[in-house]
Amino acid sequence: MGLAFVPAPVATLPWRMLGIVTALGMAGVLGLYSAAGGFMMPWALPHLIRFLVFLGLALALSRIRPQTFHDLAFFAYGGGILLLILTLMLGVIGGGARSWLELGFVRIQPSELMKPIIVLTLARFYAHVPPAEIRRLWAMWPLALILLPPLLLILLQPDLGTMMLIVLNTIALMFLAGLPLSWFIGGALAVGAALPVVYSFLLPHQQDRVLIFLNPETDPLGAGYHLTQSKIAIGSGGVFGKGFLNGTQSHLNYLPEQHTDFIFSAIAEEWGLIGGCVLILLFFLLLRWGMGVALEAKGRFERLAAAGLTLTIFFYIAVNLMMVMGLAPVVGIPLPLVSYGGSAMLTVMICLGILMSIERSTKGEARR
Amino acid sequence: MKRRNRAVVTESSQLFTFTRRAMVLGGFQGLLGAALAGRMAYISIAENERYKLLSESNRVQLRLIPPRRGWIVDRAGQPIAINRSDFRVDLIPDRLKEPDRIIAELTRLLDLPPDEVERIREELKHAAGYQPVPVAENLPFEKYAAVTIRQPELPGVAPLRSFSRFYPDGAAVAHLVGYVGTPNQEEYKKEGKAPLLITPGFKIGKEGVEKTMEMRLRGRPGAQRVEVTASGKLVRNLTTLQDKSGGTLPLTIDAGLQTFAARRLGEESGSVVVLDCLTGDILALASMPAYDPNSFTDGISRNEWKMLSDDERKPLLNKALNGLYPPGSTFKPMVAMALLQAGIDPKARVNCPGGFQLGNRFFRCLGRHGPMTMHTAIARSCNTYFYAMGRRAGIDVISAMGKRLGFGEKFDIPVVSQNYGTMPSAEWKKARYERSAKLVERPDWTESDTLNTSIGQGFVIVNPLQLAVMSGRIASGRDIQPNLLQRRRPAPAALPFPKEHFDTVRAGMWEVVNGAGTAGRSRLETPGIEMGGKTGTAQVRRITGGQRGQSGAWKYRDHGLFVCFAPTASPRFACSVVIEHGMGGARAAAPVAKDVLTYLFDKPRALEALAKFEEQWGGTLDERMERRAQSWLAAAKAAREGGPGGSAGAGD
Repeated sequence: MGLAFVPAPVATLPWRMLGIVTALGMAGVLGLYSAAGGFMMPWALPHLIRFLVFLGLALALSRIRPQTFHDLAFFAYGGGILLLILTLMLGVIGGGARSWLELGFVRIQPSELMKPIIVLTLARFYAHVPPAEIRRLWAMWPLALILLPPLLLILLQPDLGTMMLIVLNTIALMFLAGLPLSWFIGGALAVGAALPVVYSFLLPHQQDRVLIFLNPETDPLGAGYHLTQSKIAIGSGGVFGKGFLNGTQSHLNYLPEQHTDFIFSAIAEEWGLIGGCVLILLFFLLLRWGMGVALEAKGRFERLAAAGLTLTIFFYIAVNLMMVMGLAPVVGIPLPLVSYGGSAMLTVMICLGILMSIERSTKGEARR
Repeated sequence: MKRRNRAVVTESSQLFTFTRRAMVLGGFQGLLGAALAGRMAYISIAENERYKLLSESNRVQLRLIPPRRGWIVDRAGQPIAINRSDFRVDLIPDRLKEPDRIIAELTRLLDLPPDEVERIREELKHAAGYQPVPVAENLPFEKYAAVTIRQPELPGVAPLRSFSRFYPDGAAVAHLVGYVGTPNQEEYKKEGKAPLLITPGFKIGKEGVEKTMEMRLRGRPGAQRVEVTASGKLVRNLTTLQDKSGGTLPLTIDAGLQTFAARRLGEESGSVVVLDCLTGDILALASMPAYDPNSFTDGISRNEWKMLSDDERKPLLNKALNGLYPPGSTFKPMVAMALLQAGIDPKARVNCPGGFQLGNRFFRCLGRHGPMTMHTAIARSCNTYFYAMGRRAGIDVISAMGKRLGFGEKFDIPVVSQNYGTMPSAEWKKARYERSAKLVERPDWTESDTLNTSIGQGFVIVNPLQLAVMSGRIASGRDIQPNLLQRRRPAPAALPFPKEHFDTVRAGMWEVVNGAGTAGRSRLETPGIEMGGKTGTAQVRRITGGQRGQSGAWKYRDHGLFVCFAPTASPRFACSVVIEHGMGGARAAAPVAKDVLTYLFDKPRALEALAKFEEQWGGTLDERMERRAQSWLAAAKAAREGGPGGSAGAGD
């Protein structure tokens, strides 16, 4: 940094990454402004405020040392489990599942918060398993002990989307921790065989969604409506889009959930392929930064935590984008930082805060 | 074994594994990002056209503007069927989410009677897709507005401003013009599922001229391209193509005469047909009792329908075209023409001893008339003369003349159906026998068949229009064709019979009314105008034991018929009147004909006479119909509620 008068705490901020995050948040503000028909209310302004508040929170988290997260991981885990139990007892039903907890002034989704907590817990667990033991089968049982309670509690809500994301995240983390490759291949085969059984446990509306994902044309007005309208929005936007505030799919309400799960389609309709690719590129840069932090991190906990948190963000993005483009069933996963909604943004900002903390610590050690 | 390698795992190899695997995952992320970008490019470039179209068809809806239906007017341009501005409310079944709540809400807002609510529920059950179910029509603006402002909370409810058909003369023109209604499933399919037919508020002709002249009356629909939201709310109009109203349809009918004839029929069940006997123009074609076509336009309730179809006076039947009757003595002018054609001298006398002996059968006459010529036989309706002379002339001449004068003929007029009856002949009987031996007992024509035919009984059945045509053809001597639509036509040619023949028959018919005839009491009171006619009484069932249908249950009484023309000096109008179960032509039909013809020559006098009658009957046609409907409803309700034995109505 050539500017000597800039105070060190400001100069050492990861400006590049903050630029990417802010660009994504502002894309969300623009999209929500348009989705409301050219008004800041009811979505764009709360989104902007939330973005700024949570970004502040992330920056605050970045000042904490990674070791603290390591130490607090199990406590956070306990707190998370408590919240999940409370949710089951006192939660509010939304979208067919009891996944919201009313805290008077805000509503939170504890299953969302559980995502980074589980990543931290697992990272701490694997950081302490001796390298020689990690490929042993018996190293699996503490893992099961950690995973089963939250998964069961989330399944009871039932919030299948979140549960699946946690499972995917865990598998990716185990992969990074160095478990034998053959286990993953064998596991994939086993899951393939178990799919029909899982299917029978789904709620009727979830079964519908899977069936319609497999063949959306069968029900263009019913459950396939979401997918069809989303593809129409993206497809009709073309290369350059219909122009800001000119989206018809979104403004005439043909596109459902255009401020949450389908915000990408609404933006793509107005900004076209170019706008969509810019968003994808921004996400890619963000994830590359995250993976870079993981690769450079010094300790095993830091490495696993950084990679796991990056993957948490990645799975959000991947599932949402695949969904809006008709490559995955409609599961109700928002697009982080862009979609309206506090819990997902809070989760992602927590992830980013811890990632920044790990990056700070890595750089600090390098300077030392 | 590979498992031995496990021991080699160290922290440095673990870091190496992590780095390698993290690179793999990073690469996977990049690949997925590229795949997503590719997928998006595919959707928005390769499939852009398709999705653009889908997006447009989402956004833009083509709404049809139903064309305004053409007017139907009478010969003087006086309206018979017009359009009135109308506020209406429909239900669109496809958009209806909670039918129970919404019907309850509409019942409250519009004060729907229970009968209507039941109909709406019933129709909703059978309705398909976007075909609207009418809730209420002809609404006052306040009620319409009450629904309109609540529309956002009433999905599936469509308030609409449209035009509804109005018939100023009501029941008087019912059978003539028919009525319009919402197209049904079959009609929709028949027109290749044209979207116009399921446009809310669009009506098509269901009966009468409204149906047969549908294409001329309909016009061309306009269209409106509108932008709509997903919930069907209109955002703005894009373009509008004006509709083209249907053409005005002028009929040959004289609306005043038509209404007068219908009213003059009063409480009777019957018909009046008036023709211009020089051109064949139909001036009146009335059939009573009738329904109110205005109430059919709004969609008729089940109660109303039941009332109409249960009525033994058959208000749903157009008796002028579909009523078939033995013509009785009104047949005799035609038979007289046939006798003259066969060369019989009109001066030749036949003695009437009260009947005619044929073999071992005695054919009765109504009286003992003594010596009869053709003139007196027509005047006093002597059967014996026509038995004897008809037998001499033979069926072939009579049958040919009957056909020439319009019997058994189906006329070229735009009506839904005509029952053209039978003008029997030897060939007809043979063919008929071969088809079914039910009506005809033997295949060969017998002399007693000829005798029966000569007095308009036996196999002969005719409709009232044919009777009027016969009367008109005899009155003018021209081959007139009845005509309902005003159009330029060549003047009808003269019939190929000598003038003296016509004069003889007309003189006989003059005598019927103005001399020593059967209808002496019905001569016209207008100075200088005389009418000629012929009474007829047709048996409803075979006379057994000498009992004639002059008493007993209404439906077994004889029909009263009358055919006439006026003025006798220079015939201009021909008319037929049939009063079902009126017991006699002179008694029931001739007075009606007299007043109807008087209307043509002396309107005030005719209206004065009508006013007296209506006072007797207890009010105008509309008042009486309304009162009858009310009492029927009350009776039906009483039967439904009170019937302890479980009457038929209790099943509703």
